Amino acid sequence: MVPSLKLHDFMEEIRGAKTQAQEREVIQKECAHIRASFRDGDPLQRHRQLTKLLYVHMLGYPAHFGQMECLKLIASPRFIDKRVGYLGAMLLLDERHDAHLLITNSIKNDLSQGIQPVQGLALCTLSTMGSAEMCRDLATEVEKLLLQPGPYVRKKAILTAVHMVRKAPELSDIFLPLCAKLLHEHHHGILLGTITLIMELCERSPAALRHFRKVVPKLVQILRTLVTTGYSTEHSISGISDPFLQVQILRLLRILGRNHEKSSETMNDLLAQVATNTDTSRNAGSAVLFETVLTIMDIHSAAGLRVLAVNILGRFLLNSDKNIRYVALTSLLKLVKSDHSAVQRHRPTVVECLRESDASLSRRALELSLALVNSSNVRSMTQELQAFLESCPPDLRADCASGILLAAERFAPTKRWHIDTILHVLTTAGTYVRDDAVANLTQLIGGAQELHAYSVHRLYHALAEDISQQPLVQVATWCIGEYGDFLLENCEETEPLQVEEEEVMALLEKVLQSHMSLPATRGYALTALMKLSTRIQGDTEAAILEKMPLVEHGGPQTDEEAKESRDDTAPVPTEPQTSKLLDLLNLLDDTSGDTQQPPSLNPSPEGALVHLLDLPCAPPPPAPIPNLKVFEREGVQLNLSFTRPPGTPALLLITVTTTNSSEDEVTHFICQAAVPKSVQLQLEAPSGNTVPAQDGPPITQLFRILNPNKAPLRLKLRLTYNHFGQSVQEIFEVNNLPVKTWQ
Amino acid sequence: MIKAILIFNNQGKPRLSKFYQPHSGDAQQQIIRTTFHLVSKRDENVCNFLEGGLLIGGSDNKLNYRHSATLYFVFCVDSSESELGILDLFQVFMETLDKGFENVCELDLTFHVDKVHNILAEMVMGGMVLETNMSEIDSQNKLEKSEAGLAGSPARAVSAVKNMHLPEIPRNINIGDINIKVPNLPYFK
Repeated sequence: MVPSLKLHDFMEEIRGAKTQAQEREVIQKECAHIRASFRDGDPLQRHRQLTKLLYVHMLGYPAHFGQMECLKLIASPRFIDKRVGYLGAMLLLDERHDAHLLITNSIKNDLSQGIQPVQGLALCTLSTMGSAEMCRDLATEVEKLLLQPGPYVRKKAILTAVHMVRKAPELSDIFLPLCAKLLHEHHHGILLGTITLIMELCERSPAALRHFRKVVPKLVQILRTLVTTGYSTEHSISGISDPFLQVQILRLLRILGRNHEKSSETMNDLLAQVATNTDTSRNAGSAVLFETVLTIMDIHSAAGLRVLAVNILGRFLLNSDKNIRYVALTSLLKLVKSDHSAVQRHRPTVVECLRESDASLSRRALELSLALVNSSNVRSMTQELQAFLESCPPDLRADCASGILLAAERFAPTKRWHIDTILHVLTTAGTYVRDDAVANLTQLIGGAQELHAYSVHRLYHALAEDISQQPLVQVATWCIGEYGDFLLENCEETEPLQVEEEEVMALLEKVLQSHMSLPATRGYALTALMKLSTRIQGDTEAAILEKMPLVEHGGPQTDEEAKESRDDTAPVPTEPQTSKLLDLLNLLDDTSGDTQQPPSLNPSPEGALVHLLDLPCAPPPPAPIPNLKVFEREGVQLNLSFTRPPGTPALLLITVTTTNSSEDEVTHFICQAAVPKSVQLQLEAPSGNTVPAQDGPPITQLFRILNPNKAPLRLKLRLTYNHFGQSVQEIFEVNNLPVKTWQ
Repeated sequence: MIKAILIFNNQGKPRLSKFYQPHSGDAQQQIIRTTFHLVSKRDENVCNFLEGGLLIGGSDNKLNYRHSATLYFVFCVDSSESELGILDLFQVFMETLDKGFENVCELDLTFHVDKVHNILAEMVMGGMVLETNMSEIDSQNKLEKSEAGLAGSPARAVSAVKNMHLPEIPRNINIGDINIKVPNLPYFK
């Protein structure tokens, strides 16, 4: 058996593995060794095995079998064992595992036996993964350690107390009385921990907050000492004495001074001193200054001080360091509600930040800009925001678009400007707007009677350029349907471009046929076409009236095709067209345009409509392509029927119909298809997965094939289904496709 | 509060992962992967803050990161920590690692993960900043080392040799004209 590896060699082997599989192999082999060693290996080597296991855990492999070993190592008297054991406990155990409670006793022993590093380890582990029950059990031990003299253990005990208060809030009563005394210590670690503890206690209970207001003078004194002390190598970072402690004190002062006149007054002088004297050439100074500014803005400070604070933020916005600008934007965002006018002064700079290439900065700038829009600056701000919308990264587009629309809604100076703005947003970022934007816009246009002509002209031109953005297309088609008659007249406010009826129809047709259009959009287009047919006078009326008698009772679409495919004789064009006509006329009764349309409706409406509207330039419908039976097995048959819509020569629509004349039903039917590379295939969802026995309703599925190169079409089909208790899989190629399908 | 501290290399391999909130093993790996994905897309000269800590708790969380040569250091913090303060904390952490390892490089972190954990435990505990004074952090490590006993001795021997200041043996002794006065020392009698 290969001997177990040392940690160093183990890591070398893992690093040497070239593939994920190789790495997994190495690790699994070694884990087997580790497991064996845990069972009956040398207890002195256990810590090495656990270290290896922790490394493996970090890489993401399962390591739960090491949990009990952690407990054993913690209980061992040797320091080296305890250290690895506690580390393992922090990494492998957490409060969701029941095993974690077992270490409570070990921690208790370690906390009380007086060896500092061991106590440190125990406290560290307790503060990382201690659950509420553990905290309650060990509260008294931690309290004792808070009071004993050595700073190393004391500072850790204080932070452990913070964790305990978070997990079991009733423990705050134990720790609250000790805090004030701890503030008189000189050790910075102790002070830092104490202030964190006080902040936690204040956040949890207003009574504690009132209690701690009395330490404000002491805090002010500590901060003053820090600020005025000269350079001390121990705690200073870039010349500022212990900026971490300063920042924490400022935060606590903010909490204590909020809404409290007296405390605020005590702090005022000191805050002014810090604000004016801090050296901000390095990051540490800036950190302190920011906290000071936030504190000034949050308490009852003198007006002059507030102005100073906002100006400091404004200055930071112009700083060349991006981190500083980021924090400045964040701080201004916090202040914009309370001191709106002060922040407004810096609006131009904020708008500049929109043009940043840094995504984090531009996101902040966007949020702040949207918050700064008001009725006086809405025009210029919207212009800036629209420019931003055109060039911003995709994840910000949705927020930007909805922000602009919201701002436009609240502050639009005129209706026309509002419509223009929404139109611009829809054309630039149509896909990112929320769903109710369409409804809002249609309502807005509908309500602005004087602007109907203008709106419809603008929308028509926008639609003519681009039919891919669904919200725009929906609004435009609706508008054209409603106000199409305005479209054909000239409108003074837009370029005088004569729009012909045929152009309008052609555009709507294009929308209907486009594969980018959602079913809802098609619904809008159909409704528009029908509305136009009543509004636009001309020979179209006669055409509609003529076609009415053609309606024959056809029943559901699919049955007809099934019947056809069996006979293979009935002429194809009229039947589907009339039944589709029936569906079309049913739509006339249906007021909402976006009903759920069965997929089989898709290929034909434009064909039927072309017929209906009798446009002079429409080509005659092509000769029908005969159906094809491609598969038969034990009563299950697959038939293909083909349609080539006249407007799009590259498009072929195949309807696949599956029928079942056997005694047993067909279930879990899935049909998949493949075509040659130069051809594009799109499969729509089938009508179902089950064909009941004895000629029950068949399954139909639509295939769309785009064949612009007119390549010879081959089709390979794969069927899987259950029939007669067996699962059937069939793969076959359809070779005898009629030439007319691809030429 | 600091929610997590991650160190990974330019390929996304984790070198240190410490979570201060409970997560399952799979969730941890997913967090590491997503964080790497977000952070590696960043340019060199942008700010060190990223939003996108959706996996770790609420949308309150930000990723503060620092990229040095081959490693990414990422602290995931919530809004109760000062952003610029965390940048200084990076500085303290890296300098402490430097002191603990003598010019630390990625290999040091890879092969001595437990030692990095110990150093980190002296700086951040339970998600809160414990100590930022570098000499204090360092001295505690020495204290722990002395408790480590025999098992720690090879490592200590190596570092002891490194720390030894062997006097320079002069190559060229030029005595020249020296007037050596031998003092009249009482104890030589």
